[in-house]
Amino acid sequence: MHIHKFEKIWLIFGITTLLVFLTVVGVSAFYMGNQPPSCLATINPEKVDTTAPFDEPGLKKVEGKEWDYELIFVASAFAYNPGQVEVPKGAKVKVIATTKDVIHGFEVAGTNINMMLEPGYISEFVTTFDKAGEYLIVCNEYCGVGHHMMSSKIEVVE
Amino acid sequence: MKSVNTIVDRRDGKLVMAHFYVAFIALAIGGLAGLLQTLVRSGKFELPSWTGYYQILTIHGVVLGLVLTTFFIMGFQLALVSKTSGTLTAKQRKTGWIGFWTMTVGTVMAAVMILMNEASVLYTFYAPLQAHALFYIGLTLVVVGSWIDGAALIMAYASWRKANPGKPSPLLTFMAMVNTLMWIVATIGVAATVLFQLLPWSLGLVERVDVLVSRTLFWYFGHPLVYFWLLPAYMAWYAIVPKIIGGKIFSDSLARMSFILFLLFSIPVGFHHQLTEPGIDPAWKFLQVVLTFLVVIPSLMTAFSLFATFEMYGRSKGATGLFGWLKKLPWGDARFVVPFIGMLAFIPAGAGGLVNASHQLNQVVHNTIWVTGHFHLTLATSVVLTFFGISYWLVPHLTGRVLTKAMNKLAIIQGVVWAIGMTFMSGAMHAAGLLGAPRRSSFSTYGGSEQAMEWIPYQVAQAVGGSILFLGIILMLYIFINLAFFAPKGEEEFPVGEVSDAAEKTPMVFENWKLWIGITVLLILFAYTIPFIDMIENAPIGSKGYKFF
Repeated sequence: MHIHKFEKIWLIFGITTLLVFLTVVGVSAFYMGNQPPSCLATINPEKVDTTAPFDEPGLKKVEGKEWDYELIFVASAFAYNPGQVEVPKGAKVKVIATTKDVIHGFEVAGTNINMMLEPGYISEFVTTFDKAGEYLIVCNEYCGVGHHMMSSKIEVVE
Repeated sequence: MKSVNTIVDRRDGKLVMAHFYVAFIALAIGGLAGLLQTLVRSGKFELPSWTGYYQILTIHGVVLGLVLTTFFIMGFQLALVSKTSGTLTAKQRKTGWIGFWTMTVGTVMAAVMILMNEASVLYTFYAPLQAHALFYIGLTLVVVGSWIDGAALIMAYASWRKANPGKPSPLLTFMAMVNTLMWIVATIGVAATVLFQLLPWSLGLVERVDVLVSRTLFWYFGHPLVYFWLLPAYMAWYAIVPKIIGGKIFSDSLARMSFILFLLFSIPVGFHHQLTEPGIDPAWKFLQVVLTFLVVIPSLMTAFSLFATFEMYGRSKGATGLFGWLKKLPWGDARFVVPFIGMLAFIPAGAGGLVNASHQLNQVVHNTIWVTGHFHLTLATSVVLTFFGISYWLVPHLTGRVLTKAMNKLAIIQGVVWAIGMTFMSGAMHAAGLLGAPRRSSFSTYGGSEQAMEWIPYQVAQAVGGSILFLGIILMLYIFINLAFFAPKGEEEFPVGEVSDAAEKTPMVFENWKLWIGITVLLILFAYTIPFIDMIENAPIGSKGYKFF
């Protein structure tokens, strides 16, 4: 099959850029550890309130781990627990969240924290809060009639 | 390529028009729903108490994303096959009608359930939100009806091949076949989750549903769904627009090759919609991200081919300089201009798609209104404007009427109105999404949050854009009704492109469906088997149904 010379140049250029792009994405994922939230742990969604660590939602200082704090959230229609939380600036935090009923979103607006909460699964993401201020947490997956009222707040304090 | 029929047989024309009537009724209803959503989200308008934002949103998504597209595409493909491979036999046409009625009955069932607020689960119907069983049955009938329509197309293709042994099928028939086969392979996923999981669960036969398995089956279908929308637009761009401008198809073989590549790489890629989900290993997510990006290759081939056709035509008319050929294009012909606006929209649309499918960048935009902005460029501009551009000649062709000069002018205005409205709406959606505004959400200040306040001016801009787009819809419906019932009688051309003389003979390997479907299945097994086994082996206890609407 004949391919026009210009089309060959165009495709070689395009495929080369594609390979460079995929290499960048791959190095970022596997070498630098920038993977999307993919915690593989499961939980009984009907026993969230009595299962650690979700029996005590909120911020907890931890020792001997790669992060300084664990921030536990429980989502259910149409609220997060805690409804507001303070985090010290510069702290490395592992956000751990799950849902008690339907699928919810967990997005901290203006940051890279963005994960789906699905019944039966635990979602985690490790991040550092570098800038002081108030961050809005919104549910970004439709969960029912009160979906747009579902929010929480992280205050990053000095 | 030889055209078998100058005019599509009236009896086939009726079948196609039946599909189009439903499609354009869907446009009217879904468009109104879309207008209401943008108005509500601007914060300046409230819905009456007997309905709600999410009910309207479900109507908008189901009616435009599933009904308008499936009916228009099946009708268009039937017209292409009847035109390029010969009039359907009585049996094939009857099969087409059975498909049409099955889809229509299913649509009505789903619509009644949505109107009764028994199914405000949006068009993605994610479990464990649970709709009424009749909603799932209705959607199943839409899919099954599309399979029956597809069977009519495959039968027509088979009889052409039998009558013309050793010859490659007409290009447009071939393309319709690729899209139909892709659709059948893809819809197996959604049919499986609906029939084996959601339906028994909504009927109370089983108590619990595996949410992750259901979502995975949905997105196995969900991404090829967008290519099922896009490929008919590509059919028009590759093989019809060249004829409209008076040029030739750049290469028959390369057009076929790009369609085959779309068949191979459209399906094993659903995880890029599930990147932020727990329960799927990130290495498998990455593998599907790589497969997703392979569609870049046929996309680049398509872009090259289109602009090569345009430039070759312009130069044959004596254009000089680097861009002189642009001036030679028929800027007064709606059949060209409206799909051309769609092609241009695909440049930012494709770029946004690269962001969405990226392993890491996705996290910034996932489920924000950026995504809504993205598919209003792809589906609601590139694809839909091309469908409108097709309607401007296909509807009068089928009804024995003509596109008058006045209607042609109005059609160009329609395309421009659409482009302006979409620039406002989609532009504002992209911008607000980057600031974090969620998709699929009614108006909210989130308790007076400062961040949410920043989103509101963009939401007002979306309402401005949405209102302009609604004007575009009214114009389109006016033109459609004119072309279907009132335009002067006459003969409107069904443009089918011819291959440029310099092109070589098309290799027969493209018609080897066992080979292409075989590779498609292997790729699907490669991308899905192990993660699917993982999901089932490590599954948590399933979920009961919730009706939070």
